[in-house]
Parts: sequence; C-alpha cells; structure tokens
Amino acid sequence: MSALALPPTSARRRRADRVARGLVALLTLVALVPLVLIVYYLLKQGLSSIGLDFWTTDPTGSFLGSPGGIKSAILGTIVMVGLATAVAVPVGVGVAIWLVELGRASRFAHAVRYFIDVMTGVPSIVFGLFVYITLVLAGVGGSSFAAWKGSVALGLLMLPIVTRSAEVVLLLVPDTLREAAYALGAPRWRVIARVVLPTALPGIVTGVLLAIARAAGETAPLLFTAAVVNDTTFNVNNRMNSLPALIFQNVGQAQDRLVQMAWGAALTLVAMVLVLTLLARMIQRRSRLS
Amino acid sequence: MEAGTITPAGGRSSESLQRSPAARLPDRLLRWGLTALAGGVIALIGYFFVKLIVESEPIFQKVGFLDFLFTSDWVPSKGLYGAVPLLAGTLITSAIALVLGVPVAVAAALYITELCPRRIRSPLTVLVELLAAVPSVVYGLWGFFFLIPKLGPAERWFADTFSFVPFVGGSVTGPNYFVAGLILAIMILPITSAISREVIATVPSEHKEAALALGATRWEMIRMAVIPYARGGIAGGAMLGLGRAIGETIAVTLVIGNAPTVGHSLFQQGYTLAAVIANEFGEAASDPTHRAALIAAGLVLFVLTLVVNAIARAFVLRAERGQRAARTPAAGMAA
Repeated sequence: MSALALPPTSARRRRADRVARGLVALLTLVALVPLVLIVYYLLKQGLSSIGLDFWTTDPTGSFLGSPGGIKSAILGTIVMVGLATAVAVPVGVGVAIWLVELGRASRFAHAVRYFIDVMTGVPSIVFGLFVYITLVLAGVGGSSFAAWKGSVALGLLMLPIVTRSAEVVLLLVPDTLREAAYALGAPRWRVIARVVLPTALPGIVTGVLLAIARAAGETAPLLFTAAVVNDTTFNVNNRMNSLPALIFQNVGQAQDRLVQMAWGAALTLVAMVLVLTLLARMIQRRSRLS
Repeated sequence: MEAGTITPAGGRSSESLQRSPAARLPDRLLRWGLTALAGGVIALIGYFFVKLIVESEPIFQKVGFLDFLFTSDWVPSKGLYGAVPLLAGTLITSAIALVLGVPVAVAAALYITELCPRRIRSPLTVLVELLAAVPSVVYGLWGFFFLIPKLGPAERWFADTFSFVPFVGGSVTGPNYFVAGLILAIMILPITSAISREVIATVPSEHKEAALALGATRWEMIRMAVIPYARGGIAGGAMLGLGRAIGETIAVTLVIGNAPTVGHSLFQQGYTLAAVIANEFGEAASDPTHRAALIAAGLVLFVLTLVVNAIARAFVLRAERGQRAARTPAAGMAA
C-alpha cells in the first residue's frame, strides 16, 4: 500500500497555493469595499435629512430658505414606474408565453429571442433618446415632456427583463404537467392560464420585481421625457418629478442645501430599490421551481 | 402525445371528441394575439433602429459620416461635430472598467464557488449582487462627493511617481477618466461576477476531483480544471459588463468632467457618447443639426453595444455548447 502514497506536496507549490488563495480572498474583500463605503456615506449624509416632513412636502424650488422635501419625486417615481409596469408586464409575459408555448424553436421565435436580446443591451439613454424623438419632439398628446412618455421609456427598458426572466421560468414548468392537462381535454388557453402560469408565478413575480427595481433607479430616460418639476401632479400628460432626476438635478447645483436633499432622496431611493430586490430574492427562494 | 396511438374505442367516435368551432375560438385568439405581440416587439426594434438612422441623417449630410467619426473638434456653437473625443472617452473609461473590474469580479466568483466556507456562500453572493441594486445616479452622487475629493491626492502622487509611464504623468484634474472608469468597474462587478459564478458552477466535479486526486493543490485545481473550462463563459460575462459600461450615462456624466477634448493622461477630464447626449439635448432642441449630431452619437452608442453584446452572446453560447458536448461521453473523449 505504501507504494500508492503520493510524495508530499513541495513547499513551493504549497506556498503558491496559499498565496493564490489569499489573493483571491483579498480581491473578494475588495469587491465588498465599495458597497460598504456607499452604504456608509448614504447613511451618514442622508439620515439627517430624511423624516416624515421630508417625505410629505414638495420641493420649494426657492433660491433661499428651506429647499422643502421630496414628496413629488417619490410619488412621481411610483406613478411612472407603476404605469410602465402595467404595460410592460402583460406584454413581456405574453411574449414569453408565446416563445415557450407557441413559438418554441421556430425561426420566427429565434428572431424574437434575438431582438429581445438586442433590446436588453440597448443603453437606457438611447431608449430615452428614441422616446424623445418620437413622442416629445413630435408633441404627441398635445404636450412636450410628459410623465406617460417617461413611462414608455421605462417600459421599453423593463420589457426585455420581464420577458427573459419569465421565459426561463416557463421553461422550467415540467412538460408532464402540461401533458396531464391536455390529456384531460383542456384547451390550450386553459392549460396556459390554469396550469402553466400559476406554476411559474413566483418566478415571474421575481423577474417583475427586479425589472421594477431597475426602472425605479433609471435617470437618463426620464430627463428626456418627463423632465423635472417641483409640484406634485397625478396628470400623466404633465411633466412629473422623479427621485433619480431630482438627485441628478440637485448634484449639479452648487448649494449645500440641495446636495443635502439629494443625499436624502438617494437614501430613500436606495431603500425602495433594496426592499424590492430583497423581496424578489425571498419569493425566488420560496418558489418550487428552480 | 402521438394522436395515432389512441384509437377511438367503444363507439366513441373521434368526432365527438372534437371541439366545436366556437370552443376553438379562444385558442385561435390566444395564438394570434400572442403572435402579434411577438411580432410587435420585432417591429418596434426595427422602427427604433430606422428612426435613429433617419433622424441622424442631417448631420451625416452636413459633416459627412467619416468626418463625424474621425475628426476631433466637438464645438456645437461653431457647427463642429467631430466625435473622436466622445468615442475616445467611452472606450478609455470602458477599458479602465474592464481592467479593474473583471479580475475582482472573477476572483469573487471563484472565491464564492470554490473556496469560501459553505456558511458564508449565500450571504456573500447577495452582498456582491446588492451592488446591482444601487441606482446609477447614486453612484454618480457618491463618486462626485466622495471618490473625487478622496482620490485626488492619491492620483496626484501616482501621476508624479510613475510619470515615466505613458498616459500617467502630467496634471491631474478632479473629475477624470480614471474616476469614471473606477465607478464603471464597480457597476459592472455584479453582472460579470454573476455570470462567471454561473459558469464556474457548471464545471463538472469529476474534472475537479480528478485534478485533486492527481495531487493538485486547490489553486492548481482551479488553474488547471476550473479556469480552462469556464474561460469562454467568463469572457462572455466580461463582454456583457463592457456593454453596460459603454452605455452607462448618469454616473459617468457626473464624474468625467464633460470636456470635449481627448485628455493626455488617465487623470484628465474627458467626455463620453452617453454623457454628451445627457448634457446637450436641452440646448439641442432648437438646433436641428446639433440634435441630429446627438442622435448620431446615440446611434454609434447603439451599434457599439450591439457589436459587444453579439460577441458576448457568442462566447456564452459557445461555452454552453461546449459543456453540453462534454457531458455526452463520446464527445468528451474526443475533446
């Protein structure tokens, strides 16, 4: 048996192993440094400005005195992202269902998949530019900048995320479930609505939440489409404020009060996005699929 | 599901099993509705592309396509539209992001999948991915008020000490290529790391165990079994990160200085394609040529990301295909 024993690993190789593993661990630590720093600075700068008053008053826009709160930006973000979600989710999930249940491996389905991939890669500012050209400059709906145009840009951004994630989950639904339903004589729409979708629902919801989180943090497309204002409005044909646009606007102003407000808005935004992201992960973990 | 295997028996004809035309209607509607939706997506992207080309036409007519891409004076007030400073800025900052971000991302992926104690694996994964939850404008805010002032002295020291290295010496400005690249590196970290992790997780344990059984140390196992197998996928993840970096707008706009010149060193300010669109679209509304120039910048940006993403997809697809081949024994032998 002793003939089988390997010679001991040389000291040089052991040292190389230790050094390399240490380096990898160190780099992993480096990856966490920015997160810690960002969270630390957000809390340090932002905590002092947030509060109930901050969330429930509009920005005053006055040059002197109190800069006010961020109510209009919070509500604007919710309205615009909500509107984008209401359109992008049915369409996105519909396309995913078509890809998985009907299109499958046809040439047309490959083309659709390719275009969805292309859409995923389009920078958000280019979507913003597109909406700016087609809707804002053309004055569609009798207004130039309008909240619903911002929603269109955000929806374009969300659509591929929703479709890709829904497609992955729908593919995970076992074929045996579908076959069992067909064997019982169910028509296709009923199989999709009553068997496939409910099974895949948690996964689809996860994808939707991640898409919402992504859209809520987008700035560039909103600058072109919804612009920045101070007052709260629920009329989607008007300009509407949003958290990211407000932050961007305030960073450019060399006034401490406005920068302070930007930090508070940033903390609020990150908290909103974080809650959505963690919620998405929790639902994903509960899901029976994957 | 072969229809032919079920023969109608016991007097029940297949006709009685057939649905009436009215009952088949919902299925038809569903099929046509969803197909129209899918076709709509293609039409939308097609329209999007055509619209960008048509709207940027005036600038190519006025300045010429090649002059737009290869001259370096961007002075809209004088009607000069040369996109070289913008292209250079986009490429320089993205390159910095890759050089700084990818090694860290891959190391994090390796550590999480191969080296770390099982208990901290999933918390660590979540922490790295939380970076993706931070909105771009918040990165910009942080970069502007924290990174630029804190990094300044270090950058000046570095530029003075290593001034013999090309593109390092010389004056240092607050906002510069390096800060923008560093922010982009942080922003591409989660996606590159996530894809690398997925690919590394698919390395067959047989390969790893074989390496260990031959007496390899953990690092040698990673170097000889894991990395060669996952190389393609990691490259794909890096390219996807590059696509993100090229198109990133707001964070870069806040930290690059927005000077339409090509800086002489890494520590000088510049401009990028995305940043110029974000900054100048307001003033361009009244000037059709300027507007067309910005749309052309968007078009270039779109084509750049398209190419980069196509390469990324090819890498990832090839990695996946290679793995499928390796899983069937014969192909694995041949390879």
